[in-house]
Amino acid sequence: MLFVDKHRPKTLDSLTYHSELSDRLKALANGDFPHLLVYGPPGAGKKTRIIATLKELYGPGVEKIKIDSRVFTTTSNRKLEFNIVASVYHLEITPSDVGNYDRVVIQDLLKEVAQTQQVDLAAKQRFKVVVINEADHLSRDAQAALRRTMEKYSPNLRLILLATSTANIIAPIRSRTLLVRVAAPSTDEIVEVLKGVGKMEKLEVREGLCRRIAVESGRNLRRALLMFEAVYAQNEVVKDNTPLPPPDWEALISQIADEIMAEHSPARILQVRAKLYDLLTHCIPPTVILKTLTFKLIPKIDDTIKADVIKWSAFFEHRLHLGNKPIFHLEAFVAKFLRLLETYLMDMDYDF
Amino acid sequence: MASNFFDLKKRKEAAAASSSSKQKAGQSQAADRPVPWVEKYRPKSLNDVTAQDHTISVLRRTLQSSNLPHMLFYGPPGTGKTSTILALAKELYGPELMKTRVLELNASDERGISIVREKVKNFAKIAISSTSAANASKYPCPPYKIIILDEADSMTQDAQSALRRTMETYSKITRFCLICNYVTRIIDPLASRCSKFRFKPLDEGNARLRLSSIAEAEGVKHQDGVIDTLIKVADGDLRKAITFLQSAARLHGAVVKEKTGDDMEVDGGAKGGEITVRSIEEIAGVIPEKTIDELMQSMEPRPHGQAVYTPVSTVVQDIVADGWSATQVLLQLYNRLVFSDMLNGDQKNRIVAIFSEIDKRLVDGADEHLVTLDMSLRVAAVLGDSGS
Repeated sequence: MLFVDKHRPKTLDSLTYHSELSDRLKALANGDFPHLLVYGPPGAGKKTRIIATLKELYGPGVEKIKIDSRVFTTTSNRKLEFNIVASVYHLEITPSDVGNYDRVVIQDLLKEVAQTQQVDLAAKQRFKVVVINEADHLSRDAQAALRRTMEKYSPNLRLILLATSTANIIAPIRSRTLLVRVAAPSTDEIVEVLKGVGKMEKLEVREGLCRRIAVESGRNLRRALLMFEAVYAQNEVVKDNTPLPPPDWEALISQIADEIMAEHSPARILQVRAKLYDLLTHCIPPTVILKTLTFKLIPKIDDTIKADVIKWSAFFEHRLHLGNKPIFHLEAFVAKFLRLLETYLMDMDYDF
Repeated sequence: MASNFFDLKKRKEAAAASSSSKQKAGQSQAADRPVPWVEKYRPKSLNDVTAQDHTISVLRRTLQSSNLPHMLFYGPPGTGKTSTILALAKELYGPELMKTRVLELNASDERGISIVREKVKNFAKIAISSTSAANASKYPCPPYKIIILDEADSMTQDAQSALRRTMETYSKITRFCLICNYVTRIIDPLASRCSKFRFKPLDEGNARLRLSSIAEAEGVKHQDGVIDTLIKVADGDLRKAITFLQSAARLHGAVVKEKTGDDMEVDGGAKGGEITVRSIEEIAGVIPEKTIDELMQSMEPRPHGQAVYTPVSTVVQDIVADGWSATQVLLQLYNRLVFSDMLNGDQKNRIVAIFSEIDKRLVDGADEHLVTLDMSLRVAAVLGDSGS
């Protein structure tokens, strides 16, 4: 078992940071529980908090989960297979799995849940909770379908929506839910967590190393824990200055960045393309590639063109979402970057 | 289909008591089963609907003449569209008859063209059921049915055009009420068959009145200025304001639990703490002024030769890691810059152009970090160049 799963806090009390937020969730769970919209950057602990909240709501029964596979039929008679993680008290769904057909799932499934009352008389709450993962990827139709359902069936049903940002959640949903922001832990908080985990695993903990991991992880706790585990798995003796092994894909991206900086020619773009394809075939999301590449390139260039590079990076990132073949946009960014850099260097030459 | 929890409650009440004691019955029932305040304080009659004077007076007149046109309600969310039609239907038919006379369809129901053709048409066709004498004496019970199509702007064009003829053919025994946010999404032929009612965003006075009365009824303690903040962040959306108020009341321990048998009793919060302005802002996702100040400061033009990249990127990174939504950053920055005296018209023009583009990107689902960084850097560039 990975450290991330092994040491995941199970109750609201054992959560280490954002204690104010934990208290609030606890107060909600013991009173009148509203619909929630939980948002925050990845690795901030949204899911962990929700699972702990569910436990607070229903007791240990929520931990007995099973995976159901359900088949839904769309209006055009297409069969959709859909996996549901469920306990007696709650359901967990990821409607974005079924792409454009998420509306069907939302309509059918939620209504079914909403129209049946809690059977278990010993249950602490009379409603069931439905956790919707990746709510920001729900289509407009699916979100519209949620609107009235949330009001109409509120005695039997509470929703918890998980999202990384609220930008794609339509206003009517936002006005029906309690927004809960889960900020990423600060560097110090990550260091504390790492030290705690190290202690429980009986590892020799180095303060300096923990700090470096925390900084490197970009305030993402999940990432920090994975890196922490990787360091201890790869080295027998761990010192403060033990190098942190970057993930393979990140190593490859920094290699790309170096190559781009070394030579500015069309031939180089061709070489880079092979590497980009390599990343894409390994299922690294194109947005991540573009973003990582940008932030690897930024320190290597002069301050005056940084703003321009960011501008184009954002531009092509937007295009990535609109288009459907990522490689074009990634390559276009590389080409654009080379052009910016070349123009800048040319200008420098003229100055002399 | 038309039954919801609210109606159930109403029906039980009506069976038990006459109209005068309704309010109390509703509240005592709500106490043993927590209900969102939005539902609890949903207007129960046309008179209770806040601030839509014009619409209400027109509807009231039709109520007297018992002749209703097809209706199209439109307006921003949280202005009382659904509440109005439900209240109207209740006044027309009374809770008993409402079951058979009203069909409510919304976006959570399947509303493809086939549904319009079958379900709506079949319901429209049904002859009017007779009403009991007791009911008829209490309510007008006009001889037609009402079909409510909530969130009609999310219906497809085809489904909408399938309605056209249906509306006319059965107009003797059926009235339609379409409800939508954007009247432009309703196809013209449908819109021209309906009399339109615009629901305007609630003005401050009415919203304040309503919120204070709810706060009082629930016994919520709050600091001065909380109601003002609620009105400000809700932007004319009363539902949002009420939801925020309730959430804040819960968060602040204004909800006191008392165990009586198995039931959790919800207390109005006489013993809990006060709601603060900041907690309302936190619930609404408003970014603290300090963070925006930091961002503004980092974007200030530097002395010659220094680029703004490093300070801006640090601040942006923190904002993103703290989970503030980029749309909110955009909104608050917009409010700051557009009303700023330090900028000339030309600069404001350029900044607004940037904002519009960024907003589009966010809606398309672009990465928040990159987009926010891009926006900040471009705005910083504009700030640095006064265009003289």
